[in-house]
Amino acid sequence: MRDRFRAADFPDLLVGLETSDDAAVYRVSDEVAVIQTLDFFTPIVDDPYTFGAVAAANAMSDVYAMGGEVVLALNICAFPTDLPLEVTQAILRGGADKVAEAGGVLVGGHTIEDKEPKYGLAVMGFVHPRRILTKAGARPGDILVLTKPLGVGLITTALKGQVAEPAHVAAAVESMLRLNRTAARLAQEIGVNACTDITGFALLGHGYEVAEKSDVRLRFHLEALPLLPGARGYAEESLFPGGSCRNRDAYRKHVEFAPYITEEEQMLLFTPETSGGLLLSVPAERREELLSRFTASDEPAWVVGEVLKGNGIEVV
Amino acid sequence: MPRIVQARGLPCPQPVLLTKKAMQEADDILTIVDGPDQAENVARMARQAGWQVEVDGKEEAVYVRITRPQRLPQGQKEEPGPPAGPLVLVVPGETMGRGESTELGQVLIRSFFHTLLETERRPDVIVFYNTGVRLVVEGSPILEDLRALSEQGVQILACGTCLGYFDLKDRVAVGTVSNMYTISETLLGAGRVVSL
Repeated sequence: MRDRFRAADFPDLLVGLETSDDAAVYRVSDEVAVIQTLDFFTPIVDDPYTFGAVAAANAMSDVYAMGGEVVLALNICAFPTDLPLEVTQAILRGGADKVAEAGGVLVGGHTIEDKEPKYGLAVMGFVHPRRILTKAGARPGDILVLTKPLGVGLITTALKGQVAEPAHVAAAVESMLRLNRTAARLAQEIGVNACTDITGFALLGHGYEVAEKSDVRLRFHLEALPLLPGARGYAEESLFPGGSCRNRDAYRKHVEFAPYITEEEQMLLFTPETSGGLLLSVPAERREELLSRFTASDEPAWVVGEVLKGNGIEVV
Repeated sequence: MPRIVQARGLPCPQPVLLTKKAMQEADDILTIVDGPDQAENVARMARQAGWQVEVDGKEEAVYVRITRPQRLPQGQKEEPGPPAGPLVLVVPGETMGRGESTELGQVLIRSFFHTLLETERRPDVIVFYNTGVRLVVEGSPILEDLRALSEQGVQILACGTCLGYFDLKDRVAVGTVSNMYTISETLLGAGRVVSL
């Protein structure tokens, strides 16, 4: 596709295929750039309303990862013909409520028949062309900040296996439902060098993209990484989804683990997240300001590492 | 005959959960899964539990055979005699004993493992850690003896952290690369621990 659509032919395409960021960004004027993204997936929780809301929060997250605000959203639906109408309606209501919470407007969508239900959104957002947050700006000396705990993928996998503790599921759902909107707004106000959201490629996959595009090395401190309750336990039982192995195979060569980090801990950091938090690369001198601003807004934020010269990732 | 856990066509975590369930009832299990990802999760879980693991990848499926480490029959627990639980041999260094001469220590350890093969009483598990892990990699002076012990059902665990520290992970020639969780479980769950 990169050969077909060359960046040089589209000067207003500020973020496209060649930079493979969280979403595409297209400048329409000196003041406004459009962010375009979409995401959809199969149910990851039992309750249809919650599934709809999580899928919507997850789809809109890419807009926040680029530093923007959600404007318009369209439903993408695939439902089996025998799915009860009230289930379908609950999924759509969950999605619509989330879009409303984001300050956007849901303007329609499209549904096809499929054996397994799928739901998500195509989302359009706005951002000022000079205020786009990308993966490419991290600088040596920055600190790394994460805004949601890790472990959603392990807990939803345990849930699929019907062995998840209800309290663990509740905490994971709460985390997935939380929009990255406030975190992105605060990141814009405080000023950060790079931003991405942690989803299917896990902390280490998305972290590696930041390292690669910023031409730096990221160091994460295992002990500093926030984990959802239960995640470590499920990891020790090897309840990893297939995606953990695929991410590990794809990114292992870029990651150095300190020798005391167990295989289970490594796999945990390769486990896909759904509607995960933002990973921010922040100038070190703004550390206190960032932490106090996030606390004041009741938004969690953890300093989980720092940016070094070099390339790849290390976990210590 | 192993208990068969048919987990083909099932995504993670089902193969792990089905195998765990079978482990409560059987000592010898063959879990059949679609591919290496599922096999890896099953194998890791079983190793964590201290079981012996063999993975055989075929074109049509991956076969994970797991066996419970040998324990004494239950009736014997009550009787006086050797304590229940596996006999664990710990090898914390490249040499046997401490002394002025490393060379002597190396001669002794070679001799010990050679003798071990000839005696009747075998350890159930041998744990290698610290510089001891150098004995399970290519070029080890006791590699042949360890392979023979392994074939006879002695479980050989090598500390992964230690292998990583000496940058030997790619050169392991016998046994299983293990972690501190399994190693500590093995040591604490042992009937007897003998350290060289």
